[in-house]
Amino acid sequence: MAGRGGGRGRGRTNMTFNLEDLGIGRGEALPPTAVKPTPLFPPMTAQAVPLQTGEEVEYMLALKQELRAACKTLPFYIRRAAPRKDVVRYSDKYHKGEPRDNTIEWSPDWSRLPKELCIKVRKSQRKGPVCPPQVKAVKKSIMEKEEVLSKLETLEKKEEMAVNSGDEDEEEKKKTNEEEEQVEEEELDEEDLEEETDYIMSYFDNGEDFDIDSDDNIDEAVY
Amino acid sequence: MLRQLHWELLIWLWLSHSDIAVCRFSTGCKGPVKYQAVGERILRIPHYPRYIYTAKTLYGDTAKRIIEELLLRGHMTMSSTVKTVANHLSLNMEEGKSSFSKLVDTYFLQCCPPVSASTPATTGAPESAPESFPDYYKVPTVGLISRGKRRRSSDDGDEQRNRKKARVETETHGDEGIYWQVNFERFHLHFRDQAIISAVASKLDQTSSEIVRTMLTMSTVTTPPTAICTQNLSTNQIFRSLPSNCSISRPILDEYLSLLVDDPMEFVGKSGDSGGGMYVINLHRALANLARATLESVVQERFGSRSAQIFRLLLQKRHLEQKQVEDIVMIAAKEAKDMLYTLLAEDLVQLQEIPKTPEHNPSRTFYLYTVNQLSTARILLQHCYKTMASLIDRRLFETEENKRLLEKSQRNEAILASLQAIGAGDEQLQQVKEMITQLEQHLEALRHLRHHINKLDSTENQVAETIFLLESYINSTTTAAH
Repeated sequence: MAGRGGGRGRGRTNMTFNLEDLGIGRGEALPPTAVKPTPLFPPMTAQAVPLQTGEEVEYMLALKQELRAACKTLPFYIRRAAPRKDVVRYSDKYHKGEPRDNTIEWSPDWSRLPKELCIKVRKSQRKGPVCPPQVKAVKKSIMEKEEVLSKLETLEKKEEMAVNSGDEDEEEKKKTNEEEEQVEEEELDEEDLEEETDYIMSYFDNGEDFDIDSDDNIDEAVY
Repeated sequence: MLRQLHWELLIWLWLSHSDIAVCRFSTGCKGPVKYQAVGERILRIPHYPRYIYTAKTLYGDTAKRIIEELLLRGHMTMSSTVKTVANHLSLNMEEGKSSFSKLVDTYFLQCCPPVSASTPATTGAPESAPESFPDYYKVPTVGLISRGKRRRSSDDGDEQRNRKKARVETETHGDEGIYWQVNFERFHLHFRDQAIISAVASKLDQTSSEIVRTMLTMSTVTTPPTAICTQNLSTNQIFRSLPSNCSISRPILDEYLSLLVDDPMEFVGKSGDSGGGMYVINLHRALANLARATLESVVQERFGSRSAQIFRLLLQKRHLEQKQVEDIVMIAAKEAKDMLYTLLAEDLVQLQEIPKTPEHNPSRTFYLYTVNQLSTARILLQHCYKTMASLIDRRLFETEENKRLLEKSQRNEAILASLQAIGAGDEQLQQVKEMITQLEQHLEALRHLRHHINKLDSTENQVAETIFLLESYINSTTTAAH
């Protein structure tokens, strides 16, 4: 440390080896130190030799490009599945060419591959292996029957309510079932009360509805 | 994100393409199956065009097509290969089969080794060498129905029936389970021979290259692939096997051989005097000298001819001090110093310290410059791979950028082609062409793009040749060292 500090005023730093051996003579200026990273494309000192030309070279070029194009048509080339669009469109029916799933239609010789890779691919559009779809289909049909029965019951009770039962999915059916039952209960309550008194119960406000809406703002600060 | 299913599919695909070697536990251990990616195999892909071109020059278009199919699909049965090729080129099966057998007889194609379920778990060693399997080059006898394009002339009814039958019965040709793959080693040996022959031709003359070619063809079957030099060949044998177009008399042949032996490239060596003189081709030396020439030319192109002079001097004299270098090459001290440091910075030249005193005092140490050919070749090989990666990157980038342009032009071509197929009249074609003509600048841009991509592809091919040379030199040196 001391040597380095002392040498600053007197010229070159002192080093363990003789600078002249390295070829840097006395009084010679060293190249300036670099203060930034090396450039991304350093300047070329020499131009590259031009490419070989000739029939052979062009033939090989054509071969290479053909190979590349041929690779894309092989079953080995898995294309990404087309991303699922947000809305099911009418034109999808006519665009079924691209695979919607990351599966391919090709089976190799299984004797050359390890057993664990041999999986049966199940796609909703294709006929998969026997067991799973049957079970699921059976379950589905059972659920549908139950729901149809409960639906018919609620329909019988309320003839004036317009219910969209035919066009909805299973989950929405359940939801509407629950909603209908709730609405039913409320209506029944109102009817009973009305029979006892002359006052119209719907005009009476007993304050129970006061805090019901505030449940929605639990997360926000109350001022 | 790829789901689990997708990963399994990918592995399955790669395996079938025999890019990956499978290492499995034996069924007794019941361990998980291990997969291994063989990097070497993947790095051979840049050489594919060269393999195909070689097949074409040696054995014609059918062979070229066979090799192309096998390279694309990894491995296939003989019958499926021959069928595909015959249908493509509208030949009959016999020609396809004869091409196939020719390729097998010359060892360019080999049988895939059987996948055994019980390879030892610990070693994870690659499967046994093909030569150890005795039936590797035996062509199976199969009966193939000739179904070239000539069937178009037959009745439609007949065709329908045939097609139906074909779909109902799965066609078996008697060679199920016997898969064939390309024998890359054989191709590499061929490339090596070609490199030696062309080097001799460019350095000496055509006749000497013919002589060397004869010697190499005579020893292809007898020399193992890792041999340092071929078997001894007597002058009499060479004289008898010379091709007919190269008619030289016996004393002239002797002269040529002695010229080849004296040449500093050391391709041919004399190993005895019986039979009119026994000669060998020094394969390892030839490769080393070819690699050396490559290194020298790289230095010359990048740093100038004077640096190349210094490099050559160091290769020749092994260890030299800086002062000695300056004196021998007769370049000014400052310039020589500069050049040496540049070469040192690029790792083409190494510095060797020899201390005079046991304290390794820097002022009393010899600093010698030296070139280690093997390590320099390795460094250059790394550079080549980096170059190849950059080329591929740039090509993909250019394609991505101009994707829209390319798609548009493809669509236009497709429209025109379909119109022509329908048989539209000339005026209609002209009208459509006018409708879909692109702007002049688009066409210009398209032309530029094509030009760039062609240049990049062609450069990749050239770099692949250099890679091959350096790799074979490094492999031959490391195997010779063992």
